[in-house]
Amino acid sequence: MALKVLEDKDTSKIIGESWVTARFEDLEDWAQRNSFWPFPFGTACCAIEFMSTLSSHYDVARFGSEVVRFSPRQSDVLLVAGTINDKMAPVLKKIYDQMADPKWVISMGACACSGGFYRAYHVMQGIDEIIPVDVYVPGCPPTPEGLMYGILQLKERVSRDRKKHRALVARAAGQAQEEISDRVDARPASA
Amino acid sequence: MSTLAPPLPETASAPVAWDAVREKFPAGSIIPQEGLDQPTWIVRREVLLDLARELRDNPATQFDLMLDLCGVDFPDRAPRFDAVYHLYSVPNAKRLRLKVPVGEDQPLPSLIPVWKAANWFERELYDMFGLQVTGHPNLRRILCHEGFQGYPLRKDYDAARRWILTEDKIYQPHFDLPAGADDMFERMTVNIGPSHPAMHGTFRLMAVLDGETIVASDVEIGYLHRCFEKMSETHNWQQVIPYTDRLNYCSSFINNVGYCRTVEQLLKVEVPPRAVWARTILSEFSRIMDHCVCNGSTLVDAGALSNFWYFFQPREEIYGLLESCCGARLTVSYGRIGGLSQDLPPDFMERSRRLLEIIPPFIEDVEKLIDKNRIWQDRTVGIAALSGEEAVNWGWTGPCLRASGVAYDVRRAHPYDLYDTVDWEVPVLYGGDVYDRYRIRMLEIRQSLKIIRQLLDRGMPEGPFITDDPHVALPPKEACYNQMEAMIYHFKLIMDGIQVPAGEVYSMVEGANGELGFYTISDGSSRPYRIKVRPPCFPIFSAFSRLINGGSLSDAIVSLGGLNVIAGELER
Repeated sequence: MALKVLEDKDTSKIIGESWVTARFEDLEDWAQRNSFWPFPFGTACCAIEFMSTLSSHYDVARFGSEVVRFSPRQSDVLLVAGTINDKMAPVLKKIYDQMADPKWVISMGACACSGGFYRAYHVMQGIDEIIPVDVYVPGCPPTPEGLMYGILQLKERVSRDRKKHRALVARAAGQAQEEISDRVDARPASA
Repeated sequence: MSTLAPPLPETASAPVAWDAVREKFPAGSIIPQEGLDQPTWIVRREVLLDLARELRDNPATQFDLMLDLCGVDFPDRAPRFDAVYHLYSVPNAKRLRLKVPVGEDQPLPSLIPVWKAANWFERELYDMFGLQVTGHPNLRRILCHEGFQGYPLRKDYDAARRWILTEDKIYQPHFDLPAGADDMFERMTVNIGPSHPAMHGTFRLMAVLDGETIVASDVEIGYLHRCFEKMSETHNWQQVIPYTDRLNYCSSFINNVGYCRTVEQLLKVEVPPRAVWARTILSEFSRIMDHCVCNGSTLVDAGALSNFWYFFQPREEIYGLLESCCGARLTVSYGRIGGLSQDLPPDFMERSRRLLEIIPPFIEDVEKLIDKNRIWQDRTVGIAALSGEEAVNWGWTGPCLRASGVAYDVRRAHPYDLYDTVDWEVPVLYGGDVYDRYRIRMLEIRQSLKIIRQLLDRGMPEGPFITDDPHVALPPKEACYNQMEAMIYHFKLIMDGIQVPAGEVYSMVEGANGELGFYTISDGSSRPYRIKVRPPCFPIFSAFSRLINGGSLSDAIVSLGGLNVIAGELER
């Protein structure tokens, strides 16, 4: 059918009929929240469950976040899956610092959220001791469904964050403008 | 109630032939300790090194495999510590435990000249108990970080006392290498990991490269040390089971079985046939899962991603079976001391039979893709090879050892559960390289399926799924509501936990990557006094530097996966 339509009509006409209007910011939001590039910081049992989420049965590609990247420079979501202990902590911190903005963090599993049932001498009691976390996914380990729900939550979070960020930028820009105009106004007439 | 798997003999004494070995040493330096689960000698530290050499080389003993070394702290005793060595003789299938009492300032001799496996175990002993070892080339912390102070497994160390690691204290390796006169290339030190896909998330490899060749390397572990042994001392016996799940989390049910069997031996409690049957079947399914993830990730490291998806589908199906049994997919906690946590689901038979049909096609698909694949063969045949003799000396067990030509399998050498009642073979290959480590797992998956099929054909035994001993297992719910006595037992078990009689036992099962042992000491209270896991991949991974030195960097990457090093178990 579609082919038929194409044959019938001149291409420029179709393009002409397919206009979608959007604000550039909305388009950017849409792209950002539907295409996460997670950095899987997998250390323990949760990493195995993350592999399940990634593989064909659960197929997290349906939610646009299957492009795992092991370079912090290429990823925008840090997915901490597994126990982080005091020896690992500086490594995690360094990787978070290396990621370019904007960036988000999913803490997967009880250990990453709170240390889990390891209230112990070598285990960090939740990664929010050292880095900010956007979404906490509970479970030991969370089921793939749980992780996918977490990813969906992060999607909402991202568009909210970006709106907030834009508002902040706009306000800051406004303030800067005011300051400049203040300074211009306050400039002595002789200069 | 009868059990199909009799507990080990209550006590075992040393064979008479060993007395000749003992008599070579001064009187009083070796004292046999009677009444334990396996022959035990209390040894003075001065004769330890000579005794170790004698035990290894004497034809009557031939203890060629050092299984484990652990410390035990007795704060009120002088000398305060015991260093406990577990030895195994592969040719004679005999076990021996050596206990060496030492104080804080009395150094032990290093046993690295006798067993290379001693290297990391001695470092762990130093790390956890602060015991000194003379003659060790590199005695520094192995599991805890460099900023750690104190020795965590001592009884006076607070389980929750943490120390923060700062950047300046992070370990930097120093390689003392002779400057090569004919070197064409400048040497370069490369750091890989711990957060690197090829290092599976938690290992750190530091290698000195000459061109592409690794001339020296060092491995740093401990990035997942989460204090299993200290945690087990602060929880009661039943509460330890969820922690065991998270040792080898790729096949967590086998850990449950290993731990429960240990405590059952201490309690001398019998497990009902239905639970034994289910334990055997689910252990084999777990083994299949583990081999799938091991071979899958090895192939991913070599660039063959599609096989990983093939392998994960059977895993997903087995998850379904486990979920129907206990509600959890990965960390099942299905075993209980004395049996299982709940009865098998009504459709257990059909589900298991369906799995037997589903799994083989996936395995065959991978074999068709990979076995004769030129790229795979070029990258793996002859790579990171280790001879059987050397593998035993490094303390290897499990599929990796059997790929090097040593047919040691706990299920065959010391049968437990139902393994001596079914017909199966121990596959052995002789290459000892990455390719054979992959092949042996494929063969073992077939054997596991064979075991499961026979057990299913035998039919599910009727009867309870957990022992009816009210000191061990909770009474049924109806009884708790309606009978005074059952309610009291319920109350006592919930409030106080199981009371395990004082004693010690080392019990082992064949884990998915080797002999998984639990050395457990009870002081008669409701909490374990000491639990030491004998992690199969700890000695295996300690040989990693030996395997990769002299090879190229890409060989190092492809050889890690086949060792099946699971961080949760390696570092506990």
